[in-house]
Amino acid sequence: MEIIEADNLSKSFGPVRAVDKVSIAVKEGEIFGFLGPNGAGKTTTIRMMTGVLTPDAGSARICGIDIHKNPLEAKMKMGIIPENGTVYSDLTAEQNILWTAKFYGMDGFSRKKRADEILSYLGLTERRNDIVRTFSKGMRQRISIACAIVPSPPVLFLDEPTGGLDVFSRRLVIDTIRRMNDEGSTVFLTTHNIEEANELCTIISVINKGKIIATDSPEKLKKTFDTANYLEIAFEQPVKKEWFAGDGISRVETHGDKWRLYTEDPDRAVKYCAALAEREHLKILSIATSNPTLEEAFVQLTTGA
Amino acid sequence: MMDLRIFARSVLLVTEKNMRIYYYKGAVVIFGLLFPFIMFLTFFIGRNLDLVMFYPAFLGMMLFFSASSTGPLITPWEKREKTYERLLSLPVTLESIILGDILAGAIFGVVITTIVWSAGSLILHLPLANAGLLAVTLPLGALTFAALGTLLSSPAMSNPSNVMMLSNLIRLPLIFVSGIFIPLSQLGNWEWILTSLSPLTYLVDLFNGSINGNAVYSPVLDVLVLGIVILGFIGCAKLIQQWNLSKGI
Repeated sequence: MEIIEADNLSKSFGPVRAVDKVSIAVKEGEIFGFLGPNGAGKTTTIRMMTGVLTPDAGSARICGIDIHKNPLEAKMKMGIIPENGTVYSDLTAEQNILWTAKFYGMDGFSRKKRADEILSYLGLTERRNDIVRTFSKGMRQRISIACAIVPSPPVLFLDEPTGGLDVFSRRLVIDTIRRMNDEGSTVFLTTHNIEEANELCTIISVINKGKIIATDSPEKLKKTFDTANYLEIAFEQPVKKEWFAGDGISRVETHGDKWRLYTEDPDRAVKYCAALAEREHLKILSIATSNPTLEEAFVQLTTGA
Repeated sequence: MMDLRIFARSVLLVTEKNMRIYYYKGAVVIFGLLFPFIMFLTFFIGRNLDLVMFYPAFLGMMLFFSASSTGPLITPWEKREKTYERLLSLPVTLESIILGDILAGAIFGVVITTIVWSAGSLILHLPLANAGLLAVTLPLGALTFAALGTLLSSPAMSNPSNVMMLSNLIRLPLIFVSGIFIPLSQLGNWEWILTSLSPLTYLVDLFNGSINGNAVYSPVLDVLVLGIVILGFIGCAKLIQQWNLSKGI
């Protein structure tokens, strides 16, 4: 059953077509990743889907409820972390959470119990009565997450939830997303971080220039580009790029101190490199073959490379 | 069909948030509390005026400034702090945000003006010609000028000081054309026309009617005008904010 649906959502800002007939269907229980470069239309789409922005055309439904026709009922079904993850900095951590919980009709006892549970899980129990203004960015983001998950919503929208966070806060956000999904929330996640999407999402849509250009599972998206296998090799001595020309190697790139050789036949490329090392008296420091990553699939999709 | 229970709850929660956060902001205290007091003292001290006669006008000015002081601050402040988007993503509608902002301003105005009226009654032994009319005047006047405050904050500005400047540009001239410093009964013809265009005139007239019994217009007319003005301000605020939302501002 589709729990999040968007049909032909479109939005223009002046002459710029920010989102062009975007249609999305997310099934219950999925973690849906919405990827795209800066300015691709991710945030505009999520804003229209959450009722923050009015679309020029198209519709969006949450649990079958049209967000623009019945915004109150639809918003009762979802929790949101907006792009900047802001919360009220003049209120305390606990006040932000309890006030948000009231919107969802939770009674006093449930609100307090849920707030205690979330504050403890997010490691904020000791700072619960502190004004948010005094918090670091990571802690503010945790409060933003707490506000989004306090009603245990069936649908969770997260717009770049890990942007600018340190590794520990990022880890906590990812664990929270997984936990909420395990508890039954369907997750709609926009992110720049390809590895994060690869790690979390069951299905991914890639948007570019306002249009969805691919939708599939991460593994299938990678498979789409399975001709782009490569070999990564590092030598102790300096090597000339021309030495890799020919013998099934279609493209050569440097990645740090390594050479990345794109080929349709990695086995042949390995043998070629071994012969090259023998001939030029080079010492091989490391060698590995790899399938394309989701990042490469993303780059190829969005740049047409 | 909108669930009225969820809608009412969202209005009250927006009001609660505004009361917790904005009542203590410097701009609200200065323009909503200190400013009308100073204006009144500047006008009154050193002049041999009948304080009891001018007290209703003072109450009108107090309610006008206090009720209209929170509204201009809220939306620009939230746009600057980026909490406006968070608010919009909660189970609220544009209408509940506008009504919540108006209600917070109105409550501030009613509370402050009630304290000032109570103090005046105790110290100056103010008369009370019509208690029922006063009970209508206070919330009606507060809602009118809280709605004005919200309307002033509706244009897409994210700098609260710009909005406060705009709001004072509109509020200050109003107090000079509303029968506050010169009683309506002493105005000439063209001044009369000018004052009749200001909604503050009808509030001051209602205060005169309820305290001194010296109203110039019929209370029904005063209430009707203020009621229409409230609806007009809310309608304009909604149109402007809706337009902003469609433009992503």
